[in-house]
Amino acid sequence: MLRIPCPFCGTRDHSEFSYGGDASVDYPALDAPAEAWLEAVFQRENIDGVQEETWQHLHGCRMWIIVERDTRTHEIHSVRPAHPGMAQTQSPERGPADRS
Amino acid sequence: MKAYSAWNVFLNGLSGQKGWTRAWRDPEPRAEYDVVIVGAGLHGLASAYYLAKNHGITNIAVLEKGWLGGGNGGRNTTIVRSNYMMPGNREFYEHSLKLWEELSHDLNYNVMFSQRAHVTLLHSPAARDGAARRYNTMRLTGSDGELWDLPTLKRHIPHLNYDADARFPIIGATVQPRAGTARHDAVAWGYARAADQRGVDIIQNCEVTGVDRCDGQVSGLQTNRGVIRAKKVGFAVAGNTSRLWRMAELGKLPIESHKLQAFVSEPLKPLLDQVVVFGVGGAHFYISQSDKGGMVFGGDLDWYKSYAQRGNLPLVQDVAECATSILPCLGRVRLLRHWSGVMDMSMDGSPFLCKTPLNNLYLNAGWNYGGFKASPASGWYFADLIANDRPDPVIANHTLERFAQGVNIDERGAGPDPKLHG
Ligand SMILES: Cc1cc2nc3c(=O)[nH]c(=O)nc-3n(C[C@H](O)[C@H](O)[C@H](O)COP(=O)(O)OP(=O)(O)OC[C@H]3O[C@@H](n4cnc5c(N)ncnc54)[C@H](O)[C@@H]3O)c2cc1C
Ligand SMILES: [Zn+2]
Repeated sequence: MLRIPCPFCGTRDHSEFSYGGDASVDYPALDAPAEAWLEAVFQRENIDGVQEETWQHLHGCRMWIIVERDTRTHEIHSVRPAHPGMAQTQSPERGPADRS
Repeated sequence: MKAYSAWNVFLNGLSGQKGWTRAWRDPEPRAEYDVVIVGAGLHGLASAYYLAKNHGITNIAVLEKGWLGGGNGGRNTTIVRSNYMMPGNREFYEHSLKLWEELSHDLNYNVMFSQRAHVTLLHSPAARDGAARRYNTMRLTGSDGELWDLPTLKRHIPHLNYDADARFPIIGATVQPRAGTARHDAVAWGYARAADQRGVDIIQNCEVTGVDRCDGQVSGLQTNRGVIRAKKVGFAVAGNTSRLWRMAELGKLPIESHKLQAFVSEPLKPLLDQVVVFGVGGAHFYISQSDKGGMVFGGDLDWYKSYAQRGNLPLVQDVAECATSILPCLGRVRLLRHWSGVMDMSMDGSPFLCKTPLNNLYLNAGWNYGGFKASPASGWYFADLIANDRPDPVIANHTLERFAQGVNIDERGAGPDPKLHG
C-alpha cells in the first residue's frame, strides 16, 4: 500500500485516493491550434523516474493534490495542494456572499 | 535439431531420453544484421519467426535485456479471443485466432492452445443488447459468437452464483466458443526455437542502452555487449517503449506504462472448463483454470503509472471480492502467487504497428491488456511491415498519427485516458 500524506488530512492509504494522471500536462487555450491540443490530450512523456501526478482524496477531503512520485520505486517525494488557496475559499467562516 | 514427435519421444525412450539437444543456440552477437528486433517477448520472437518464414529474411537478431519471455509474455493470464468490434482490430484479432489454431503444428511445439470458450457474463437487458451488437458485428468478419440464455449457461457452468439476491444477478452470457487459453511460456519457447532453427540469433542478457542516429536513420544500437548495426530495426519492448523512444530522441508517445497483476491459486481438481469474465458496476475480473489446476485470474490495473514489476494490495482485495461473488465455491481457496507486468497502455486502447519518424525504425507497441492473444498476428503483420516497408491494409490505421487524423480505435469508448482501456 502506498501511504500518501494528504496536506489536508494527514497520511492515508492510497486506496482512499483516486489517481488522476500526469500533472505536467497544461491544457492550451480553447482557441489554440489543433496541434497544441493533440499534444496535451494524447502525447505523454511517460517518465521512468520522478514525476508529478494528480491524485484526488476521493474518500477523504475530496481535494486534488499533486504528488511527486518515482514511477520505478513508487517512493513519494512531496505532496502539495493542486489548487493552492482553494481550502480558504471553502472555509466555513466565509459566508456565501464572500464567494461571489 | 530434432523434431518433436511421439516417434522421437519413443526412440529417445530407448536411450533414457538423453538424445535431445538444446532448443535454441546462445550465439555471440555479430556486428551487423539485416534486421534487429529489440525485445524477446512474444511479439519480438514472433516477428523474427515470420520474417524468416514468410519473407525469407534470416540474418536477424532479437536482443533481450533479460531472458526471453521474462517480460509480459511470461506474466499474462493467457486469454486468447477475437471478440473485437472496431474495423481493423476485428480482422487483426480474427487472423491471430486462426494462426493460434495451427500454431502448435506450425512451430512443432505444443503451445497447449485450448479452445475452451470465453464466456462473458451479462447482468442486464441493456448489457445483453450491447453485447449482441458487438457479437453480431464480429460475425460479419467471420468470428464466431453466441448468446447464451440463463438455462444454457447453467447447463455449461452450474456452479456460478445464480442467486437472485446477488448484487448483480446473472441473466445470460455472450460466448466465443473458439476462444480459450494457451501456455504462455510454451509460446515464447516455441517461437524462439522455430526462429532459431531458421537462423535467427536470439541474444539474451543484451540490453539496448542507446540508439545512434544518422541522417534520419538508426545507424546502430548501443548495448552492454557492444554496438550492433542493422539495416532495419524494430522495437517490441511493450512497457519499456517510451524508454527506447527517448534513447532515439523521438520525444513523446501516446502511451503510458501501468502495471497489471495476475494471480494463481493452489491447484484444484478440474473445476472450470471455460474462461469466465465478470464485468459490471466497476468490477472487472477474468478467470480460468490452468492445466496444473491453479485458478488463474486477474482484474484491473493498479491504476497508477509504474515501471516496477510489483503489484499492490488493494487489487488483491478487489479480485478476491470478484472471485467470491461469482464463484462462491472459491471462498476458502488459498492464493499461491501473484505478480505484475508493465503494460504499454495506449491512448485509445489499441496497438501501434507502424513506421516511425526514422526511416528504418519500426514500432510494435501499445498492447494494453491484450497482447498475448495478439502475438501471432502481431508478429505476422510486423514482419510484413518490416520486409515490405508498407503496412498491410488491416493495420493501416494502427499508426501513431491516427490521433491527429481523428481515427481513434477505441473499443471501449473510454476516451484518451490510458488507464481506462482494458
Ligand atoms: C498480468 C498480465 C496479464 C495479461 N493477460 C493477458 C491476457 O489474458 N490476454 C492477452 O491477450 N494479453 C494479456 N496480457 C498482455 C500481454 O501479456 C502483453 O500485451 C504482451 O505479452 C506484450 O508483448 P510481449 O510479449 O512482446 O512483451 P514482453 O514479454 O514484455 O517483451 C518485451 C521484452 O523487451 C525486453 N526489453 C525491454 N527493454 C529492453 C532493452 N532496452 N533492451 C533489450 N530488451 C529490452 C524486455 O525485457 C521484455 O522481455 C497480460 C499482461 C499482464 C502483465
Ligand atoms: Zn485529504
